Amino acid sequence: MIYLAAHKLVARVGLYLVVALTFLMQTINAAPQEYATMAGEAGDASGNLIVALRSEPKTLNPVLSVDATSREVIGAMQADLIHINRETQRTEPALAKSWTVSPDGKTYVLQLRHGLKFSDGAPFTADDVVFSFELYLDEKLHSPQRDLLVIDDKPITVKKLGAYSVEFDLPKPYGPGERLFDGLAILPKHLLEKSYREGKFPQAWGTAAQANELAGLGPFVLKSYEPGQQMVLQRNANYWKKDSHGNSLPYLSQLVFVFVPNEDAQVIKFQAGETHVIERLNADNFSLLLRNAKAKGECLRDLGPGLEIQFLVFNQNTLDPRKSPDLVEKQAWFRDLKFRQAVSLAMDRKGMARLVYAGRATPIWGNVSPGNKLWLITRLPHPERSIEEARKLLQSAGYSWDGSGNLLDPRKKPITFTIIVSSSNTQRAKLAALAQDDLRQLGMNVQVVPTEFRALVDRLLNTKDYEAVLMNLVNGDADPTPEMNLWLSSGETHLWDLGEAKPATPWEAELDRLMEAQMTTSDFAARKHLYDRVQEIVAQNLPFIFLISPNILVGAQSSVGNFRPGILEPYALWNAEQFFLRRSGAGECP
Amino acid sequence: MTMNANWRTFTLLALLGMHLILFFPGFFAPYDFAQQHRDFPFARPTRIHFVDATGKLHLRPFVHPLVPSDEASDSYAEDLRQTCSLRLFVSGAPYQVLGLWTMKLHLVGVDPPAQLFLFGTDSFGRDELSRMLYGGRISLIAGMLAAVAALGVGTLLGLLSGFYGGGLDAGVMRVAELFLALPWLYLLFAVRAILPLNIKTTDAFLLLVAVVGLVGWARPARLVRGIVLSAKEKNFVLAAKAMGATDTHLLRRHILPETYGVLLTTAALLVPQFILAEVTLSFLGLGVGEPIPSWGNLLAELQQYSVLTSYWWMYLPAVALVLLFLLYHSASSALQQKTTEVRT
Repeated sequence: MIYLAAHKLVARVGLYLVVALTFLMQTINAAPQEYATMAGEAGDASGNLIVALRSEPKTLNPVLSVDATSREVIGAMQADLIHINRETQRTEPALAKSWTVSPDGKTYVLQLRHGLKFSDGAPFTADDVVFSFELYLDEKLHSPQRDLLVIDDKPITVKKLGAYSVEFDLPKPYGPGERLFDGLAILPKHLLEKSYREGKFPQAWGTAAQANELAGLGPFVLKSYEPGQQMVLQRNANYWKKDSHGNSLPYLSQLVFVFVPNEDAQVIKFQAGETHVIERLNADNFSLLLRNAKAKGECLRDLGPGLEIQFLVFNQNTLDPRKSPDLVEKQAWFRDLKFRQAVSLAMDRKGMARLVYAGRATPIWGNVSPGNKLWLITRLPHPERSIEEARKLLQSAGYSWDGSGNLLDPRKKPITFTIIVSSSNTQRAKLAALAQDDLRQLGMNVQVVPTEFRALVDRLLNTKDYEAVLMNLVNGDADPTPEMNLWLSSGETHLWDLGEAKPATPWEAELDRLMEAQMTTSDFAARKHLYDRVQEIVAQNLPFIFLISPNILVGAQSSVGNFRPGILEPYALWNAEQFFLRRSGAGECP
Repeated sequence: MTMNANWRTFTLLALLGMHLILFFPGFFAPYDFAQQHRDFPFARPTRIHFVDATGKLHLRPFVHPLVPSDEASDSYAEDLRQTCSLRLFVSGAPYQVLGLWTMKLHLVGVDPPAQLFLFGTDSFGRDELSRMLYGGRISLIAGMLAAVAALGVGTLLGLLSGFYGGGLDAGVMRVAELFLALPWLYLLFAVRAILPLNIKTTDAFLLLVAVVGLVGWARPARLVRGIVLSAKEKNFVLAAKAMGATDTHLLRRHILPETYGVLLTTAALLVPQFILAEVTLSFLGLGVGEPIPSWGNLLAELQQYSVLTSYWWMYLPAVALVLLFLLYHSASSALQQKTTEVRT
């Protein structure tokens, strides 16, 4: 007991010291703190919000994180210079209060907010910004963000103009403009510089890091982490946002992530009221929750189509005919546009929406999800499903049918192929089963092979040993620039034909030209025009058979205030600083 | 516990009936197992009526066509204006009988536009009853073939080991013990895992049977060996041997017949055990693949929480499984009684 008391005393003296020091620093640092204001319902401070995560974060280091869970947790602890508002999908000032762009579109000057402090009390200045970009751009660190900061093989350069002013020079004008800065967390130089200079940065801020080793500019800071159980974040008292009444944000005193590996278990926990927010619901579980949502005081939100697209892709890679003679023979079909068009015509997209997603999905015929309203080209044709039309197309391309209705190619070989699909995704396996049945109606004998996800990716990107894959892509942002890798013929994820030395077809050459042009054009209308053409070309040539875009489905207990999910990741927690728990318990669902 | 003769006959007849139905699923199933009614996912079992909306009594049972509702994809209303009669011996989807000839005759059907889902539908709108019947055939045949394989191997090794004894006996029995000690489920996993995933459905099925059967030979082998050990000391065997009968003759004419009763009883116990093995593997996604049904992959849909809590008719394959097992176990005790009665 005595020991404990002594301990407390030390702690208290320490606290006084910190308070005194902070006071001192405040008087030295005369500039008042420049707060940002966030509109929303005014809430009560205090309260612990509990959210379930599917897996544990692998790291708390924003420069090194690659998985969605790590990013979600980091997102609550860090802040960026300019942020994309998940609700409006437009940019808004964050740590930078304003910015200017030079007329040639190559120079950005950002003015930082004055008087901001990291969660550990250290001041935030231009040095932190320069240091953070040094990290992101360091080739040795392999930061996934580096790709975005290298334009035309040249990295952008960062220059400090003053204590609160930074200049960014781009080698070429960059189409998405200031969206570039979203998600690039600004890190505390005073905490990380030492480990970086010593070459120990990759070990910094792992999940074993102690709470006092970390600091950030986000709404929450790490309090404790119990592997396999939970990660507790607590309110950052130095946060730089206020509500419209001038109260400090965040309202919550703690944000608790519990680890629940399976979606069904997450649903059960949410139903039992053990968690407050549930993200990434599948349609079946959403319908299940919806049944008693009113009685149980749960707000369930169907946000409509997100940025995810599900599609079928045929293997058109150039392969060695000696190694895989069967596959090379089959590629004659896969490279035949009429074959792909017939497959697309046979797909019952409405049935897929109804049977797989309980109607909570939208059929698609192009590469942009209807959720991306800004960039979607609306004049794309939506050919109705028609087995007859598909048969006519096949017939005109020299295909025929044998006595028992099996489709034969022009060389009278029966059409049979396998579709591989991730075994961990029930929805996609069901989509594949429907596609299998649709194609059977054309006389194609299709087998569906559920495969472990990593094995599937390996076949797709490395061994190229597959015939067709049913898979999905999710865009992190509405802007087309992150898709460069997909559409450029030299792109690393040019899925249907990887590693083309030069564009294999004239339309792929045009895609290259259009994508390059949109990236370096800054006028939105001009970019939209270019990207519209991309969508048209893709829809005409069908490198992918686009199927469906699932809706984003999220839920929260109605006691959670300011729950305003959006269709960009993180769907629900993007405004966690505004979340609060109503004292009265259940509230109205918006 | 002894069974009276009537109950015994009833059990055997019921078992026979169930096999008959499961061996000819095409006739008893209203639809093909793969036919998707895409407008009717998770439809409840169709209600059969005798009295229509106006209160008129129909002698021939009828159903109302279903109308999908707009709000949720799994709720339907009955269109009360239309009545569609049930009919016996209707023509429908073609099916193969024993893989030999094609037939179109079905036991029961309904007038269009209505659908007859006596056990409801699954997530693709496939008739659950039809899938259960076809799935039952797969599971049952898998169980029986595996039992035949296990008994065949087991009997042969048991006979030889019991009859000749010595080093052969010791060797076979140690291997049998090893197999008995193996956690068979994990062994099945291991065997299935080293084989390619991308194999034809029929191959997957045969493989499953072979794996299940060959893992299960040890117990019958020990049983048979025990009988052989006691049989070869019996006076009539010794007499035959003294008169110069060959080993083959002794085994075939005098010793093997002694094992028949036990073999039959064991078979009746092994079949359900091996059906369960098939169900377990298919439930875990290692059995036959979509769209071919088996009781295991029909039950696999229950792995989803939403299905588990929302659609009770998806449990029906489990009910069929329990029923079949009960019948098999009753049959096994009946056979055991019979053999004891014959002996005494």
